[in-house]
Amino acid sequence: MLTLYDGALDVPKILKDWYEEEAASNYGAYVPFVGTVRSEDGIDGLSFDVYEPILNAWFASWREKAKAKGAIVKMAHSRGDVLLHESSYVASVFSPKRRVALELIDEFVEDFKAAAPIWKYDLKNGKRVYALERSTAIKGSGILGVKS
Amino acid sequence: MVRVEFLGPIQKNALELEINNLNELAKILQEDEELKDWLDNCAVAVNDTLVSSLEAPLKSGDKISLLPPVCGG
Repeated sequence: MLTLYDGALDVPKILKDWYEEEAASNYGAYVPFVGTVRSEDGIDGLSFDVYEPILNAWFASWREKAKAKGAIVKMAHSRGDVLLHESSYVASVFSPKRRVALELIDEFVEDFKAAAPIWKYDLKNGKRVYALERSTAIKGSGILGVKS
Repeated sequence: MVRVEFLGPIQKNALELEINNLNELAKILQEDEELKDWLDNCAVAVNDTLVSSLEAPLKSGDKISLLPPVCGG
């Protein structure tokens, strides 16, 4: 399950809904990850653009990886502005045993940061500034550039 | 005719081009002053599938997307 929301996430509701959805599914472990906007460098918040077609394909590939281990992944992310101390990202893994869930949430979140087509902007002094220095080029980037 | 879209922070309108492969696209975009800081760090998708080579042929109606560095979460 992948859900996008406009603005900040209602984290308690999302975690509760996911918990209740799988309460009778016989998973022994539920490992959530919550990403919250921190105050740093004078920002007022963050803002996000999302490209859904490729995000959906990326998530579908992770759903298959999880399924092969008897697990499921769920994810929610914000579009648009998210202010300080609000949350823009929640992911979770459910699995029969804890080790799979703990390892998978780590791999899933790391790959999300490196590959999911989402762009982050700092909200600062009324401007929306692309966070280039904190961003990661997707694997295989640069093929259109001038060959040296 | 293929459509070229620039995603996320690249502030550029979509292009409609008569090209047959990504090598031709590379030559056109390398001449574009607005894009000189982007081409070296953008990934490329054809019809929403990421590609790793310029050799794949294009056909009319294809959609090409340029994806700059990402940072979700």
